[in-house]
Amino acid sequence: MKPLSKYVEALGAIILAIIWVSPLIFAFWAAFHSTSDAVNFNISSPWTLANFQSAWVGAPWLKYFINTFLLVTVILLGQFFVTTLAGFAFAQIRFPGRDFVFILVLMQLFILPEVLIVENYAMVSRLGLFDTILGVGMPYMASAFGIFLMRQAFKGIPIELHEAARIEGCSWIGILWRVYVPLARPTYLAYALVSVSTHWNNFLWPLIVTNSPDTRPLTVGLSIFGAPENGVDISVISAATMMSVAPLLIAFLIFQRQFVQAFLRTGIK
Amino acid sequence: MSDHVVNERRRQAIYGWIMLSPAAILLTTFAFYPTLATFWSSLFSRQTRRRPSEFKGFENYTDLFADPTFWKVVTNNLTYAFATIPISIAIALAMALWANSKIPARGFVRTAYFTPTVLPMIAAANLWLFFYTPGLGVLDQIGGFFGLPSVNWLGQPQTALWAVIIVTIWKEAGFFMIFYLAALQTIPEDLKEAADIEGCSRWTYTRRIVIPLLMPTTLFIMVNALINSVKLIDHLFILTKGGPNDASKLILYYIWEMAFAFFDAPHAAALTIIILAVLGIVAGIKFTILDKRTHYQ
Repeated sequence: MKPLSKYVEALGAIILAIIWVSPLIFAFWAAFHSTSDAVNFNISSPWTLANFQSAWVGAPWLKYFINTFLLVTVILLGQFFVTTLAGFAFAQIRFPGRDFVFILVLMQLFILPEVLIVENYAMVSRLGLFDTILGVGMPYMASAFGIFLMRQAFKGIPIELHEAARIEGCSWIGILWRVYVPLARPTYLAYALVSVSTHWNNFLWPLIVTNSPDTRPLTVGLSIFGAPENGVDISVISAATMMSVAPLLIAFLIFQRQFVQAFLRTGIK
Repeated sequence: MSDHVVNERRRQAIYGWIMLSPAAILLTTFAFYPTLATFWSSLFSRQTRRRPSEFKGFENYTDLFADPTFWKVVTNNLTYAFATIPISIAIALAMALWANSKIPARGFVRTAYFTPTVLPMIAAANLWLFFYTPGLGVLDQIGGFFGLPSVNWLGQPQTALWAVIIVTIWKEAGFFMIFYLAALQTIPEDLKEAADIEGCSRWTYTRRIVIPLLMPTTLFIMVNALINSVKLIDHLFILTKGGPNDASKLILYYIWEMAFAFFDAPHAAALTIIILAVLGIVAGIKFTILDKRTHYQ
């Protein structure tokens, strides 16, 4: 009785896994076959790179890749700077008003930047940042989530190290830079993975604040490319989709363990 | 109190505020001020070239409540939330239990479950387009194999919202699985041994011991899933654009459409405030009730 139920469960798990990857597999298949072969599921049909060719010339993909890369880098650097300082202040410095400000920061966890698109658009335009990569990135730099994460990481670092550094005559910034930042490295790595994959995939806000191929990230470029008005066929859309998810997907498959650890570390307080 | 201590305190206060200032400035600019500005602009009429905007009180809100599209969109979003939250949590739990047990090909199974999480919603929508397209799509071909008629999943009001819901569940279940996996690993082995000695079946052990112990994780995931049911709308841009006939339109998409397609910022602002109020209530419940009951510190 027992082994049988075990087999049933294993079978269920594997069937679910196959269902879960099937959209990706089908798109992969379609990307390498002509449209008629793709939709007829002709297993013996020849593989082709033609879809990638026509997708590649159909839009400035290289520009989009560079934009996305710059965007996630700018956001990540900004987030590291802002959340390190704020996280340290909340974790280790005692000053009046701290707890009140911390509650304000926590509130931002629920004031989603996505919901405030109208006013944030007005703000970015007012600052002259419309259609710039900085304009896309700036609203995400002071992430309440990141501040909270850094505060937790810094709180877990033994106070003796802090005191030892002070006795040695280290300044506050010195202590932060030489004691806290190196010891919180796993948290930084985890935060980086989560941040990069979030912003690599972000769509609505970049759609609103970008207006030219010079700033548009991949997701926005992909949505424009695949728009039904453009009449692109399904194999070419699949090729474009594969192309734009490839870097993150390959990175994920190689560093799977780190990715999963990262999501865990950042997800559970 | 000696001068030294007073000085030290003053210095800490100054350092503290200096270190906070980048975060404070950015949060004020892109979260707090916009929230207040949204509320303020929701009280005024739309500015046109002929008429300057004028103070209207809560008229924009009463307009919304009188608008059948608003209620349609709210109903859609409630359906979206009440379908995606429980289903993706249930699937996530099953995935975690399986990925944690000793089954063949466990590595593949885990990877398969988690992969959609790293894909952009836009790409996910493109992948699913291949399933849903009438005539050519995978679903229609499978249906055709069994002699079923072709269905325009995205093009008819009865199925469009559900087609969107399925993509969301596919996208987020693997992400939630991770939290369950982590929680499962903290359950002590001896509970399982004790259950075995008592002659518990695996099912009883799961239902009576594992699921109750996972309760804090479930609550955490629920809050996340609830936020996602407001936030995850990117695929609408590819799959349905809210149609047909508003059948799959969700609130955030409607806000975007009002503000950036119809240029009706005041009503978009009113709708934004309603959403923020709902999120605020969720936050209040989370910070007061849930955080007191569950201890995942």
